[in-house]
Amino acid sequence: MKFNNLGYLMKEGFRGIFLHGFMSFAAVCVTVACLLIVGSFSILMYNVNIMVEDLNKTNEVLVFIDETLPDAEAKSVGTKINQIPNVQNAVFVSREEALKAFVADYQDNEAFSGVQAEDLRHRYVVTLMDNELIKDTVAQLTGIAGVAKISAAFELAEGFTTIQNVLQIASIAIIIVLLMVSLLIISNTVKLAMYDRRDEIAVMKMVGATNGFIRLPFVVEGFTLGMIGAAIAFGLEWLMYDALVLKIGAEDTLKLFSFVPFTELLLPMIVTFVAAGLFVGVVGSWTSIRKFLDV
Amino acid sequence: MIEFTDVVKTYTDVGNDALRGVSMQIEDGEFVFLVGPSGSGKSTIIKLITGELQPTSGTVHVNGYSLERIRKREIPYLRRTIGVVFQDFRLIENKTVYENVAFAMRAIGAADNEIHDRVPYILELVGLENKIHRHPNELSGGEQQRLAIARALVNNPSTIIADEPTGNLDPARSLEIMELLQEINKLGTTLLVVTHQMELVEQFGNRVISIDEGLVVSDGMEGYREYEV
Ligand SMILES: Nc1ncnc2c1ncn2[C@@H]1O[C@H](COP(=O)(O)OP(=O)(O)OP(=O)(O)O)[C@@H](O)[C@H]1O
Ligand SMILES: [Mg+2]
Repeated sequence: MKFNNLGYLMKEGFRGIFLHGFMSFAAVCVTVACLLIVGSFSILMYNVNIMVEDLNKTNEVLVFIDETLPDAEAKSVGTKINQIPNVQNAVFVSREEALKAFVADYQDNEAFSGVQAEDLRHRYVVTLMDNELIKDTVAQLTGIAGVAKISAAFELAEGFTTIQNVLQIASIAIIIVLLMVSLLIISNTVKLAMYDRRDEIAVMKMVGATNGFIRLPFVVEGFTLGMIGAAIAFGLEWLMYDALVLKIGAEDTLKLFSFVPFTELLLPMIVTFVAAGLFVGVVGSWTSIRKFLDV
Repeated sequence: MIEFTDVVKTYTDVGNDALRGVSMQIEDGEFVFLVGPSGSGKSTIIKLITGELQPTSGTVHVNGYSLERIRKREIPYLRRTIGVVFQDFRLIENKTVYENVAFAMRAIGAADNEIHDRVPYILELVGLENKIHRHPNELSGGEQQRLAIARALVNNPSTIIADEPTGNLDPARSLEIMELLQEINKLGTTLLVVTHQMELVEQFGNRVISIDEGLVVSDGMEGYREYEV
């Protein structure tokens, strides 16, 4: 194809967008909304996956000692812990040391300003050899006399896994539905542009224009709409994400949630948005042209 | 060359045959009139030539393509060998005379410089060189038909097919259009012209194929079979 034809096709494509300003605007808005939701779900899923992975990787278990136990006996629990085959080592952390660490972490937080050493328990930080056996090991640790409570990351992880599963199903369903919706809207916008120019299309067919050539300006139009939608959605997603992370970071003083900075998601996000915009725009216009070309 | 052999065309949704075994042959460079009463199958023949319809049986050969087995993506290239002129012109109203013709070239991927060179030449050939910036609704019927002819000509097809090109024009304008088509034929283009206007056909003394009820009833230079219009 000659170069000046490319210019012509682009010009025709853009003309279509301005000819139907309102429909184009609506198509872009719907695409933005859809991509935003799709993007948010993807990011959320990505973060949850990473959190679950991190949590499952932790082979540390906190074993809290019954506070009614005298200090000396509390220390002897350590021997029993060390007898469990899967335990690599067990480090005793007294409630005073625990408080110090706690204060260092949360010194800025009003809610924890009154915490005393007596409010905390002595604990062992137990490192396991094989993380796969964590459940059995936790059961054995629970059986030791004087152990009040066990905190293992996998319990948290299991909670997240449920969220993960629900998210996965929900996102796939939502993503499919929303992509279909933007597909439909873009397809209709392009159809309108095509209907406007059905006389031109008929003449083009009559003089022997190929279907590909007739299609191209409309595909350019759909593509441009999709790309504009993708670009706007991408920018908004970035802003929203940063704002959200900031807000959650301020509330979530326990650091239960960890978030990947958006810059780390940049490439996959760009790829996702461009691919979705491309898909919606090109497929949307391509399918809408079919019936006009059957002459 | 256009060659029909035992062509039957049945419109499936109706069931009666529009063409019931048409055979004819039009050589390159000929000027042929196709006449026949309303509903006899003239437009059906044209649609078979342009690939708009497929024959139900029989074979249709046009400029090297076999229409009964042509592939969909070959049809545009067949159509580039044929220029079509319709009674209702089918011009694009929001384009000027120049743009209407240029558009036909652009549609098949012509370069800008080719377009700049060829469009004025063609418009001069049909006598519209002074109206290039007008829109179709600012032209007379005869001028609109000239524009339609210019558009059919611009891609230099080897064959021009005109379906009732003078149906909307008064006798004087009709004659002018026919003379223009005759000139185009002298430049080497094959012409197939469908018409009802027998007085025109008589003036030219060309080969006349007349069809009736889907059959060729006469074919030759001697004249045509009379029929009721
Ligand atoms: N799309 C169609 N579906 C069904 N029947 C059709 C269709 N087009 C044409 N016919 C029928 O086929 C026959 C031939 O029609 P055609 O249009 O070829 O006639 P024609 O010779 O061009 O007539 P006219 O001079 O009025 O234009 C007619 O009986 C017509 O009713
Ligand atoms: Mg007809």
